[in-house]
Amino acid sequence: MDFSSFIHQLIQQLINGVSLGSIYALIALGYTMVYGIIKLINFAHGDIYMLGAYLGFFATAVFKMSFVPALITAMVGAAICGMIIERLAYRPLRNAPKIAVLITAIGVSLLLEYGGMLLVSPQPRTFPAVFEAQTYNFGGFVVNNQQIVILAVSVLLMIVLTYVVNRTKVGKAMRACSFDTDAARLMGIDVNRVISFTFGIGSALAAAAGVLVGVYYNSIDPLMGIMPGLKAFVAAVLGGIGVIPGAMAGGIILGVVEALVSGFISSTFRDAAAFAILIIILLFKPSGIFGKNVREKV
Amino acid sequence: MKEKTKKDLLSLVACVALFAVIQALMEFDVIGPFWQLNFVLIGINIILATSLNLINGFTGQFSIGHAGFMAVGAYVSAVLTVKAQLPFLVAIAGGAAAAGLLGFLIGLPTLRLKGDYLAIATLGLGEIIRITILNIPYVGGASGFMGIPRYTSFMWVFIFAVFTIFFIKNLINSSHGRACISIRENEIAAEAMGIDTTKYKVLAFTIGAAFAGVAGALFSHYFYIAHPASFTFMRSFDILTMVVLGGLGSISGSITAAILLTFVSAALASYPEFRMIIYSLVLIILMIYRPQGLFGNKELSLKMFSRAKGGAKHDAA
Repeated sequence: MDFSSFIHQLIQQLINGVSLGSIYALIALGYTMVYGIIKLINFAHGDIYMLGAYLGFFATAVFKMSFVPALITAMVGAAICGMIIERLAYRPLRNAPKIAVLITAIGVSLLLEYGGMLLVSPQPRTFPAVFEAQTYNFGGFVVNNQQIVILAVSVLLMIVLTYVVNRTKVGKAMRACSFDTDAARLMGIDVNRVISFTFGIGSALAAAAGVLVGVYYNSIDPLMGIMPGLKAFVAAVLGGIGVIPGAMAGGIILGVVEALVSGFISSTFRDAAAFAILIIILLFKPSGIFGKNVREKV
Repeated sequence: MKEKTKKDLLSLVACVALFAVIQALMEFDVIGPFWQLNFVLIGINIILATSLNLINGFTGQFSIGHAGFMAVGAYVSAVLTVKAQLPFLVAIAGGAAAAGLLGFLIGLPTLRLKGDYLAIATLGLGEIIRITILNIPYVGGASGFMGIPRYTSFMWVFIFAVFTIFFIKNLINSSHGRACISIRENEIAAEAMGIDTTKYKVLAFTIGAAFAGVAGALFSHYFYIAHPASFTFMRSFDILTMVVLGGLGSISGSITAAILLTFVSAALASYPEFRMIIYSLVLIILMIYRPQGLFGNKELSLKMFSRAKGGAKHDAA
């Protein structure tokens, strides 16, 4: 491979990586917000993403909706499901040992996966083409309109999220809860409602990611959420867990690294690369790229 | 001290009797092939659950990468029996040593992490091990290591399960085990009392990994095949579920949960589509109503009953 074709390949993989990474970023945001408030690795989050993909599938394939209404339907549906899950499975365990909550999250994850298999059959389904695939050629670099849509939707959602978190009252309450839950409660914030809202937002973002992946890869199945879920968690840790811009950056970095590894080394090592990043970041800077070091108190 | 030895001997006799009964039932076909398989699985799960309990329950280091060590044990032992034609016991020892060594090498840097970070790091490491194996053509790559002879019998599994239980029980009751428990209770206080916390954390991790290697060796030599798909993080979750369900820090709890969950899983085998749903619902409901697990950190013993009768005189911690 000579130098110019190397550069060409590199930039092409960067383009692919950024669109894949924005999907990870959307899922990672939900992880990071939930972890920021209740310190729970919500293993079921990847399955909410699957749920969103299926809601989007039914909205387009059965109810013949176009892309934007289907996206909104999936997001609202997943947000409601996320809130219900939080209310039924996690809220009774608010004061239980952390490991019990984690096991519950694993249980919810299995329930969604296998419940999904029972309800919608384990066979992969073809996501309907909501808009015609077009490829654009920018001086030799191939970009298709799905990638552009993925990027545009992700960026839009992130802007909305940043606005909600930084500028609205409920966003302020969220930040207060993640800073100190007890103090927030003493200030008159209804912590349970804030947690419920956080699950709702996180689930909606994951659902959006699910629909976008459905559009991009054209295929969805009940177990599609496992790997992206784990990797999105890696992205959240990479950016600094609990830090919202960190999750966005972490997702993009992870996507780019994965694309580079599958482009230049071998696609079988793609998943290993994600976990290797995780180990390296945990060993050298466990608080993540954007995280602050927290001193442990005795 | 002497009374302890007597008690150990008594339990050993009880184990031999139990083995004789089950083996006799198998010989006379009261227990059919399907349940024979499940008895072997129960034994393997007991080894996995008690060894993970040493790491998670007694030392308090939250590891969810146990399947990775199991995979190492399974593959190394299979290489030793198939490619090097070594006897089964040597292969098991080799598998255990390899898994233990890997546990040591991985544990040394990662055990600096705490809580959720350690959990997610071990999960990642388990997956890295699996993906690495997947990419080694020498051991069959993605299609798995085939043609492993079936050396594992119920007897072997039983012996190793009993050995694991006794080993870990005696370790916990030794000063090393007490050091591990003190790390669980309060790491900073333990360090202040002069306990080398890193050493004991790595020790527990290494021993736990080595026993997972034993379980892996028994596993691959029972099912004729070692396949990367058998060692995903789902299996780690399975083992973790047993430990938490039985109670973190309770060996008898781990044993009970391993038996219970394997039975539930086997009983639901004819309804595959409902199996995992029921399994997950049981998990959620149990955690909501009994988050400390079935036994908490208590051990099931005869004393438990006598104490219940005569009132709590002293706490058997």
